[in-house]
Amino acid sequence: MDIHALQQIVHQTRDARRKQTIPKFSAADRDQLIHTYHPDYRASAYRPIRFGPNMNDQTVVELAALLEGDSPIADNADLTPHYTTDVLVIGGGGAGCAAALHAHGTGAKVILATKLRLGDSNSVMAQGGMQISVAPEDSPVTHFLDTLKGGHMQNDHELLKVMVEEGPSIAKWLIELGVLFDRQADGNLHVKKGGGSSKPRLLTCSDYTGLEIMRVLKDEVLNQKIQLLEFCAAVELLSDDNGHCTGAIFKDLDNHRHVVVAAKSVILATGGIGRLHIQGFPTSNHYGATGDGLCLSYRMGAKLDHIDTFQYHPSGAVYPEQLIGALVTEGIRSEGGHLVNAKGERFVNELDTRDVVSSSIIRECGEGRGIRTMSGRVGVWLDTPLLDAEHGPGTVEKHFPAMMMQFERFGIDISKDPVLIYPTLHYQNGGVKIDTNSETNVKNLFVAGEASGGLHGRNRLMGNSLLDLMVFGKRSGLTAGSRAGSMQQGTLTVKHLQRFRAEAKKHGNSSGVISPMILPAYTRKEPERTANG
Amino acid sequence: MAQEDANVIDQPEVLRHKMVTIEISGKKYEVPEGITVIKALWYTGQEVVRGAGCLGGFCGACATYYRTKDDPKVRTCLACQMAVEDGMSFTIMPPFPARKALYDIQTLKDPKQDLFNLYPEAPLCRNCNACTEACPQKIDVREGVWKAVFGDFKSVSEMFMDCVMCGMCTPVCIADIAPNLVALYVSRAQGAHFTEKPQGLETRIKEIQDGRFNEEWTKILAMNEKELADHCATVK
Repeated sequence: MDIHALQQIVHQTRDARRKQTIPKFSAADRDQLIHTYHPDYRASAYRPIRFGPNMNDQTVVELAALLEGDSPIADNADLTPHYTTDVLVIGGGGAGCAAALHAHGTGAKVILATKLRLGDSNSVMAQGGMQISVAPEDSPVTHFLDTLKGGHMQNDHELLKVMVEEGPSIAKWLIELGVLFDRQADGNLHVKKGGGSSKPRLLTCSDYTGLEIMRVLKDEVLNQKIQLLEFCAAVELLSDDNGHCTGAIFKDLDNHRHVVVAAKSVILATGGIGRLHIQGFPTSNHYGATGDGLCLSYRMGAKLDHIDTFQYHPSGAVYPEQLIGALVTEGIRSEGGHLVNAKGERFVNELDTRDVVSSSIIRECGEGRGIRTMSGRVGVWLDTPLLDAEHGPGTVEKHFPAMMMQFERFGIDISKDPVLIYPTLHYQNGGVKIDTNSETNVKNLFVAGEASGGLHGRNRLMGNSLLDLMVFGKRSGLTAGSRAGSMQQGTLTVKHLQRFRAEAKKHGNSSGVISPMILPAYTRKEPERTANG
Repeated sequence: MAQEDANVIDQPEVLRHKMVTIEISGKKYEVPEGITVIKALWYTGQEVVRGAGCLGGFCGACATYYRTKDDPKVRTCLACQMAVEDGMSFTIMPPFPARKALYDIQTLKDPKQDLFNLYPEAPLCRNCNACTEACPQKIDVREGVWKAVFGDFKSVSEMFMDCVMCGMCTPVCIADIAPNLVALYVSRAQGAHFTEKPQGLETRIKEIQDGRFNEEWTKILAMNEKELADHCATVK
């Protein structure tokens, strides 16, 4: 049966569903639902890390294997540097560009290395906006409290205070660089309300906020003539005799040669882990989101924080095939869109929190009430035509033009047909532990953006990521840049690697994989011999 | 996988893939119908380093030329946002060596005039419309170039908000204009020089500098876990 035939039940049950109200779960039911179905609570997906700075801490098996993985670099590798710099930024997304620009601004020599092109990142896809308390009725303190609540009270208070207080000056910096935020009629910044926020606080550039910011930052990096090493993937860090960070080794992905960079400080801005497809989930993340920075800093001895918690956005597209994992905005549910199972029934209050809604969708599909696509994926319906039925024809087109266009490319009119969704792996809540200057417990090793942890607690609030990137990109860049003048380049060794290998050996050797992963293994190895594969 | 095979009711068995024949950079392959152009590369055993980025239609890394069966027209798409069909032929575009002008956006004296120094070829558009036809984001690129030349920076910045900087407008230009780079300059100049400074933002920055929230911070940061949780619960 094709997808169009399966959809009919949504149309047939729409009128009956409109009369229903679905109450939110009681606190006990909610806890039970999450503990039974939320991927963060699936015990079989987790295991303790066997050695290293986070020994015995639990994380998902996919990440544990990479953290315990071996380096591709030999103990006696030739470490003669090809390049020497004050500040080495690894990663070309929002945090990397912000770090490079601010370090450059201090007069330091900067190299920005990235495994794909400058700008290839999750940042470029951020649609929702950037939380900054600019409205008169709002304040940095309210922003702090909202974020803390969203993070289940587990956020690092110092990091969070720094982020909310520096937000407004970040907005000013971006505006001066030419970023076109949406405005009110009086010229002030337009703010929208985001999920989990008590005040309207989202600055937006229509639904292209990340793209607009990244277009400008990339252009600025080029204008400032910051040296780039594109298609160079970091495969190991370098340390001196004191265990301080002194550079990195890259693999040039074009000619497969190793490139050694000596640096007084290194800023890792390598992003998240969506492409590890934790627990088999599809992801909204970009091609390079493979957690490289976590492996590199872990081998160096940097402590990780909250690496047992990930954000699964409730509504990732499941159909068409081309959009799998792509986000379907929460706005549809905010405006009254129902979630509907294969029997045509609602099963959750659609405006409950992300963890509850995701858990309930997983329950429906797990208990056999999901809808299966021709490619074998399972999901539930999001009744988009309901918005036109409720609020008048043209509502979907008017309020969600970008989403309309995205599906139109594949011949789907979401104002007439419902869309199929399933939770998608969206964000790494934790990461490498940092201080307020974005430095780790390893001297001269900084981590900024999604690769860092602590700020967001156990659940990141919508719109806080773009701000995180800019604030901690800036702080790492300024600190590393201004430090450079008064310090010498340290020696280049891989002694940390020798220590790591010795420890691995004590604990029955490494996991048997080489890390970092660099790119997901999507290339099919052998052709199918039969139609069944 | 999180999604088990055995637990779905009411539905027939998963349909088998229908295979189609496509041509990748001149070579024929059989792939499942409807997968994306980028997935077709992976399916046929090819390693992809250049030509893939966000995989969500925003980064412009996977700009591709393609042609469908019996159609003489060569079109453009983003490889992550396009489904393959039988008889389709495509090649992912390598980066085009366009010239990007270097400038300090904040210290420009006369940004509308500076356009002609930075991109002297911009006014030489011969109206062939190839750039507009090449745009996978359906931007009226030709119109945008003219508006830039005539100083309507505001319209250009609005028209090019969807631009993913794939650069497909550039190799087709017979006047050697790089329209996406012209539009980027124009949009940044519009933001930095021709847009009102938001007063509320300045006020907030000053409030923070002057310590207006210090008392509240002191109170909050002195709270124990329970007090803080209770306080958070009062914020609606």
